[in-house]
Amino acid sequence: MIWFYLISGLFLGWTLGANDACNIFGTAVTTKMLRFRFAAILASTFIVIGAVISGGGTSHTISELGEVNALAGAFTVSLASGLTVFVFIKNGYPVSVSQSIVGSIVGWCIFTSTPVDIPSLTRIVITWIVNPFISGIFAYLIFKLIKHSLKKLNIHILEIDFYTRMALILVLIFGSYSLGANNIAKVIGVFINSNPFKDVNVLNIFTIPALNQLFMLGAFAMAVGIFTYSKRNIETVGGEIFTLSPVSALASVLASSIVLFLFSSESIEKLLHNLNLPALPLVPVSITQSMVGAIIGIGVAKGVTNLNFRILGKISVGWIITPIASAVVCFVLLFFVQNVFQAKIVVPISYELSEPVINEIKKTNAYTDSLSKYKFEVFHSQFEFRKSLNEIGIEKEEYLYSIFAIAKIENYLIDSNLAKQKLSPDNFTDEQIQNIKKYHGKYFTHKWQIVNEFSSISPGWRYLEDTPVNKYFNKFLKTRFEIIFDTFKIKESK
Amino acid sequence: MLKKTKKIELQIDEYLDMVLRGALIFKEGIKYYLSGQLDEFHQKLDEASRTESEGDNLRRVIETKLYINTLIPEHRGDVLGIIENSDKVLNTLEEVLSQFAVETPEILPELSQYFLELSDSAVSSVESMVQAVRAYFKNINEVRDHINKVMFFEKESDKIADKIKRMVFRMENLELSSKIHIRYFAFHIENIADSAEDVCDRLSIAAIKREL
Repeated sequence: MIWFYLISGLFLGWTLGANDACNIFGTAVTTKMLRFRFAAILASTFIVIGAVISGGGTSHTISELGEVNALAGAFTVSLASGLTVFVFIKNGYPVSVSQSIVGSIVGWCIFTSTPVDIPSLTRIVITWIVNPFISGIFAYLIFKLIKHSLKKLNIHILEIDFYTRMALILVLIFGSYSLGANNIAKVIGVFINSNPFKDVNVLNIFTIPALNQLFMLGAFAMAVGIFTYSKRNIETVGGEIFTLSPVSALASVLASSIVLFLFSSESIEKLLHNLNLPALPLVPVSITQSMVGAIIGIGVAKGVTNLNFRILGKISVGWIITPIASAVVCFVLLFFVQNVFQAKIVVPISYELSEPVINEIKKTNAYTDSLSKYKFEVFHSQFEFRKSLNEIGIEKEEYLYSIFAIAKIENYLIDSNLAKQKLSPDNFTDEQIQNIKKYHGKYFTHKWQIVNEFSSISPGWRYLEDTPVNKYFNKFLKTRFEIIFDTFKIKESK
Repeated sequence: MLKKTKKIELQIDEYLDMVLRGALIFKEGIKYYLSGQLDEFHQKLDEASRTESEGDNLRRVIETKLYINTLIPEHRGDVLGIIENSDKVLNTLEEVLSQFAVETPEILPELSQYFLELSDSAVSSVESMVQAVRAYFKNINEVRDHINKVMFFEKESDKIADKIKRMVFRMENLELSSKIHIRYFAFHIENIADSAEDVCDRLSIAAIKREL
C-alpha cells in the first residue's frame, strides 16, 4: 500500500523533471549549444547525485510546515500538486512546483484542522518574492561581467563558443546537482514521516540510510520526467518566453543555479554565520522563478525594451494562482479520498490541557484566562481541539499553532542504552550524552518538558535570545533536540 | 575539443591568407602583363588558379566542420556568408587574370599607369577586407576601422576606373571595339573592389549582431 501512495510523489517528481529541469538546460538546447540527449543524460545523473548526497538540507522546512502524518494524506498532497503543475505546464505557463506543494500542504492543514506554522509559511512566501530579484541581480552582474571581459580579452569567436559550451556543461552539472538537492524535498518531503525504506548495509562497509533511498527513488522519477516530457516544454515554454543568445543563456542559468545553491546549502549558511552575516533561509526555492528573474535581469542589461511585458504578466498571474489552485485542488481531493475511498488522511493526535501545559502556554502570547475552562481535559483529534479552542475565542492561527504544539501528547522514554547506540558524537559532546543518560527511565509526555528539563541542567541546552547572531546556534540546538525526540519517542506498534 | 576548435581557427586563418595571397599574386600579374613580361605573367596566372582551387577546398572543409560540430550556432549563418563572399573575391581575382590571358587586351602605354593604380587600389581594398574579417573573428572592436578602409579603397577604384573610361572614350585614333575592350577590363578590376565591399556590407551587420 505504501508503494501505491508513493506513486503520487513519483508523479510529482515526474512533473518536476518535466517542468523545472528544463530550465537548467533548456536554454542551452534551444541555442543549439548542447544536444538534448546529452544534456538530459547529464542533468539526470547529477540530479540523482545531488538528491542523494545533499538532499537533507531543505526537507525539514517543508515537513515542519505541515506534518502530513498519514500516507493517504501525503498521497493526496502530492497528487494535488502534481495535477496542478501538470495542468499549468500543458497550458504553457512556467509555474513553480514549490509553490504548488506549499499550497497543497496548506490545503491539507485547512482540511484536517491542523494549524499552519505562519512564520514558516511567511518565510517561504518571502523567498518567492526575493528569489527572482536576487537571481535578476546576479544575472545582470554576470552578464555585464562576461560582456565586458569578452570585449577586453579579444578571444576568437570559435573559442568563445567553446568556452561557453564548456561553461554551460559545468553549470548544467552544478545546476542539476542543486536542483536535485533543493527540490527532492518537494517530491518526497511529505513522505519522510512515513518512509517505507530501511537502512541497507552494503557488505558491512557502509550503510545506505533509508532517507537517501527514498531520495534516490524521487530523483529517478525526476530523471524520467526529463526524458519523457521536458523536450516538449523546452520547445513550447522555453522558446516562447525569450530568445537568448548562448552567452546570455549561460549568464541566466549560472545566476539561477547560484541562487538555488545559496538557498539549499547548509555549508553556505554556516559560512555566512561565521562571517556574522545574516543567513538566507534554507527553503526549497523554485528554479522557474530564479530563471525568470535571471532572464529579466539580462533583459534589463540589454535594455528594458527587450522585455516582453505581456508574457511577464502572464507568468506573474500564474505564480499567484498556483498556490491557491493547489490548496483548493488538495482540499477537494482530500474530501474524496476521505469520504469516497475511506482512506485515513490524517492520524488523530491527542492534546491535553493539564496544569503544566497551561503553565507552559502562559509563557507565550497565546494564553488567555478562558483556557482554564478546559483544565485537565483531553482532546482526541485536531478537529476537536481546534473547535474547542475556537469556542473560547482563540482563533488566531499563530496562537493556535503554539497551543497545539505545547498541548500535543507524545510519549518519550529516556533510555541510556538507546543514547549510547543512537546519539553520535558528531552531534553531541560527551558531557551532553552523560546529561541525557542521567534521565534514564524518565518518562515525558511533551516535547517542551524535555527541553525545559535539559536546559535547567546546563546552559549548553538553553535557547538563546532570537537575534540574527544567535540564529545559527538556536537552529543547531533545535536539530539536536529533534534527534533526541526521534530517538526516545515510543513508537506505537503498527 | 579545444584542439579541434583551434584547428578550425587555424584553417580559417589559412583560408584568409589564401585570399590575401590571391590579391598579391593578382597585383604582380597585372604588373607583369602591363610591362610585357608575359612568361612571368603566366606563372602568376598559374599560381592564382592554384590558390583559387586550394581556397575552394579549404572553404568546403571549414563549412562542413562548422555544421557537423554545430559550432557557433548563433553566428554560423553569418560566418558562412562571410566566407562564401570572400571566396567570390578570390574567384574574381583569378578570373580577371585569366581574362587578361585569354583576351590579351591591348593597353595603351599612356593608360598603363592608371591600370596599375586601379589594381593597387582594388588589392588594397581586398587587404583591408581580409583584416576586417580577421577582426570579426578575434577583435570585434576593430572591424569598423577596417571596413572604413575598404569603403575608401572601393571609392578610389571607382574613381580611377571612371577616369580610365573617360580617357579611353575620348581617344580619337582608337577603334570603338578597342575602346570597349579596354573599358571592359577597367570594369573587371573595379569589380574586385566591389566584391570586397559586398563582404564588408555583410560583415558590418554580423558585427552588430555580435555586439548585442
